[in-house]
Amino acid sequence: MECLKGKSVYKGIALGKISVLKKSDYVVKRTKVESAEEEIERVNQAKEVACGQLQKLYEKALKEVGEASAAIFEVHQMMLDDADFNEAIENIIRTQEVNAEYAVASVGDSFSEMFASMDDDYMRARAADIKDISERLVKNLAGGETDSMDFEEPVIVVADDLTPSETVQMDKDKILAFVTVHGSTNSHTAILARMMNIPALIGVDMNLEELKNGVEAVVDGFAGEMILEPTEEVKCTALTRISEEEEKRNLLLELKGKENITLGGKKIELYANIGSASDVGYVLENDAGGIGLFRSEFLYIGRNELPSEEEQFQAYKQVAQNMAGKKVIIRTLDIGADKQADYLDLGEEENPALGYRAIRICLSQPKIFKTQLRAIFRASTYGNISIMYPMITSVEEVKKIQKIVAEVKKELYECDIPYKDVEEGVMIETPAAVMISDELAELVDFFSIGTNDLTQYTLAIDRQNEKLDPFYNPHHKAVLKMIQMVVDNSHKAGKWTGICGELGADTELTETFVRMGVDELSVAPSMILKLRKIIREMK
Amino acid sequence: MKKFEYTIKDELGIHARPAGMLAKEAKNYKSIITITKEGKSAEATRLMSVMSLAVKCGQTVEVSIEGEDEDTAFEGVKTFFETNL
Repeated sequence: MECLKGKSVYKGIALGKISVLKKSDYVVKRTKVESAEEEIERVNQAKEVACGQLQKLYEKALKEVGEASAAIFEVHQMMLDDADFNEAIENIIRTQEVNAEYAVASVGDSFSEMFASMDDDYMRARAADIKDISERLVKNLAGGETDSMDFEEPVIVVADDLTPSETVQMDKDKILAFVTVHGSTNSHTAILARMMNIPALIGVDMNLEELKNGVEAVVDGFAGEMILEPTEEVKCTALTRISEEEEKRNLLLELKGKENITLGGKKIELYANIGSASDVGYVLENDAGGIGLFRSEFLYIGRNELPSEEEQFQAYKQVAQNMAGKKVIIRTLDIGADKQADYLDLGEEENPALGYRAIRICLSQPKIFKTQLRAIFRASTYGNISIMYPMITSVEEVKKIQKIVAEVKKELYECDIPYKDVEEGVMIETPAAVMISDELAELVDFFSIGTNDLTQYTLAIDRQNEKLDPFYNPHHKAVLKMIQMVVDNSHKAGKWTGICGELGADTELTETFVRMGVDELSVAPSMILKLRKIIREMK
Repeated sequence: MKKFEYTIKDELGIHARPAGMLAKEAKNYKSIITITKEGKSAEATRLMSVMSLAVKCGQTVEVSIEGEDEDTAFEGVKTFFETNL
């Protein structure tokens, strides 16, 4: 038994035989040629073939692993077209009067070395892409077929590093795990492993020459190790863990596409919370019915100036389009307190949680607010968008918002810019909003209860202060009573209520919420199927 | 010659895919479009050379456009940066 350590990029367990991929070193010979033009023509032909191959790989990857991972083959096509790359190849052929294979290989080497030496993880990982395209060209020049990556039985693939073309060509059903000497968390192997839900280790210090095909191994993505020739005991533990993991996954997969309905026939919506446009993939993967909280702050934080209307419009539009008609509830700017943006110059506050934040900023600086509203309304024609406003404490605030919204719509109308009327709701996260929820319900289309702030304001407990932990009870009766009051008041007015705070994902309370009549829970994408399971088992 | 400065907002900086798209966009114009970061320059039509500038999120680049169609190129390239980077 031998244990090799590495960096895990996907947590999972695999047991099987290893298959060592040794790169057949293309010994590229340097030969003198008569006609440089002929060699350049050969390069062009090899490029054309490569373009076709890459197009096919792109389509295969698109089908199997999705757009994000497939994009790399589009990039490869672009790299093949790069002027510097091509000029360098032509230059070597012309000045040294050498064969195309040699010119391509040496240019590939020098470009990939350039990237490998860069001071940036992402760019360093691109060295593998350049190697990939130059090897492809050399193979095409030699007229050889691409090596097949077919394995007879599922194996643990062990390699120095894997190029994107190699990983995509492999038959996905025949791979148990990836283990590589090189590679980074940004590498395609890592991305692919995550997409395929199989364990992968990178940066494993091993000598490929000494490893034999067919040797049994356990890859443990939790511990970040590969155990070669495991004992019976280790194998047994691994098998148990594999079946446990599989059971968990199957159970969840089984629940995909199912309704969130109790055995008694009560339904509830399960939506997802997201913090950026790129999270939509997880939302769809976990089968959420919509987006219950799209935090728009990500557009404002970590930069030096306000985001433009156009930039916001693009982000909202993208999410609305990708959700294809499912509800997307965008929460307007909720900044201040623990979320700061220096360029807004919000100033120091004695008590930021009770200070200048969220809708208070928007109502004091209507220009910022209007820009966001314009972007949201413009995006509204691309999907099913709703808006909600954070930190409401009074009816007057809602009326002020409505006035501003009416102005924004009028301006859009006058400029002939299309928009749709959308559902508008408010967040209930202050005790004040709870107490007047009967009046608020008349003014809006829905409520979304932000339990984090509501709990903090109701119990007067600062969540950041560890000393207060013994006093903090997330299931405090006061909070639960408030939730019930909000739900009842919304229903009386024919409106609906959701919960988008942490409490929504608290599995101990799911049953309570369903019984209370909560209409929607918005939680992290990874919690959706877990909650669905609980709901479907409820009497 | 026309110029603008732009601060990159994409998390990965000017990474492979947008660099490729930028190269395509830049080829639509007759003007020479140059991207400069900390004194190092690359022509926008040259994907690898743009990538080798290793422009990260939060860094500012200067984009200069020179040629007969520099007015249209300026608008097109500026919009490209604003929407993709």
